Amino acid sequence: MRNAFASTVIAQSNTPDSFFLSGDLGFMALEGVRDAFGSRFVNVGVAEQNMIGVAAGLAREGMKVIAYSIAPFAYARPFEQIRNDICLGKLPVCIVGNGGGYAYGYMGPTHHALEDCAAMHALGLRVLVPAFDEDLAGQMVEVSAPTYLRLGYDARPKGTTAPAYAPWREVLSGKNGVLAALGPLAGVAWGALQDMPEAERPAVWAVCEFTPPPVAFLSAAQGNPLHVVEEHVAAGGLGAYLSLLLHSEGAAASTFHHRHALGYPSGTYGSQNFHRAECGLDAAGILALVKGQTA
Amino acid sequence: MSGNPAQAADTLGLAVKLREARLRLLDLHKDANSGHIGGNFSCIDALMTLHHAVMGADDRFVLSKGHSAGALYVTLWSMGKISEAELQTFCKEGTKFPGHPSGDGIPDLLFSTGSLGHGPSLGAGLALAARHQQSNRHVYVLCSDGEWQEGGCWEALIFAVAQKLDNLTILIDQNGWQGFGSTQEVIGCADLTARIAAFGADVRRADGHDSNAILAALAEPAKGAPRVVILDTVKGNGLHFADSLASHYLPVSADEYTAGREALQREDEA
Repeated sequence: MRNAFASTVIAQSNTPDSFFLSGDLGFMALEGVRDAFGSRFVNVGVAEQNMIGVAAGLAREGMKVIAYSIAPFAYARPFEQIRNDICLGKLPVCIVGNGGGYAYGYMGPTHHALEDCAAMHALGLRVLVPAFDEDLAGQMVEVSAPTYLRLGYDARPKGTTAPAYAPWREVLSGKNGVLAALGPLAGVAWGALQDMPEAERPAVWAVCEFTPPPVAFLSAAQGNPLHVVEEHVAAGGLGAYLSLLLHSEGAAASTFHHRHALGYPSGTYGSQNFHRAECGLDAAGILALVKGQTA
Repeated sequence: MSGNPAQAADTLGLAVKLREARLRLLDLHKDANSGHIGGNFSCIDALMTLHHAVMGADDRFVLSKGHSAGALYVTLWSMGKISEAELQTFCKEGTKFPGHPSGDGIPDLLFSTGSLGHGPSLGAGLALAARHQQSNRHVYVLCSDGEWQEGGCWEALIFAVAQKLDNLTILIDQNGWQGFGSTQEVIGCADLTARIAAFGADVRRADGHDSNAILAALAEPAKGAPRVVILDTVKGNGLHFADSLASHYLPVSADEYTAGREALQREDEA
């Protein structure tokens, strides 16, 4: 998704009043952005707090700013700068965290971002979690407010085409309740469930923003089984958000099944899929969840 | 920068304005029962000098040491940018002027500051934008000395030097005191000059209570590097409990207020 992000930024965000800041990351991905933006591309060095402060200063003067790092460094290290400098001023800065969730697998726990969406959503940022490469074009049309963009890997089944971007959208039909997947896990769920009979499987919805779901989703969920999968901790994640929303709307599901990031239950580390599997978030785990089995 | 730093302070009537501002600052804190008076009195002279005699209309200012909000409000009041009625709401219910500035709604207050170490980066961003926009506006940031224990200040300084942001001036109110001790006691560094110079900034030094000295330090623009002006100051300058830790947090009592006002008036008459 990083390359798709770079292409989208060059195509949509490279305007005379835009800046792209990098916290010394982007090797073999952002060279095109650097060349396209010229003096408006600034490698601020290994200094994320400063990057966000500089972004706020630029934005305060009318610039539209993208501030890029890997996910844990983008949101956690400069948390207070995001809160005080960006959010209190409601400034148009898009903070980009590459590799959300367990995406940096073998790199170890310091390079994982399991609570980023909750933290950024709590501060009032618009949180974007694209499921597919093409989603970026739809999400980055207009960044006029504090925004957090969590990049992952497009995991849709080969040969499929994702429906046009919407913050919530059905990507696989089903008649047995609903499965809401945060960002790229929608692709994993799509692949895991596509061979199940439609009557037995839930409809798979890709959720790419923390915004209220459409009526169609509420109707499908109300009184039916609801599954939520997210590569994110339970606290402040999609499941918590959705549960509160459904109860507020009086649209509670008949049953609620939630799979989420559990940290490091075995105390060992591996690939993104290794960690997903430990949490029941890989394809096998999602299939087992839907079938009511233990992964 | 469209001000005139070379002009002597007395010809600008600064001395009279400063006397009025100091008294108003003391009254402001007494009325609001607000603390941090020491750090406000260590920087009021620099704030007044900067805003009245140095900064042009398009220049930008960031109060990184947000706990000196009162001194900034009084400065803006002395310029007619904040009304007396607005100033009287300081630290009271429903105010736009809390004890640390909010960047929401007052044109001269660009950011919400108060957590230390943010201003230099914000200033660097403003300066980078000015350069990109081919504007001559200059960016001024006022920090405390204890604030430079925050790593973000050094991140910003490294960046500003690397970017050659000579349209950025950081002033440091070096009064030697921080929250729970002196800077010498706490970190063994009472003077930041050498450390900041080692990072490549254009470092100058001035008596922070002498407007002419401040003007002289700002007279020459920097070339190819940010300016950092170390201001030697006294915490609670002019008050009877000056240069002590007591003035950092505590509001002024009735006795302290009376004694402080007498001290400021005596100083004015001297």
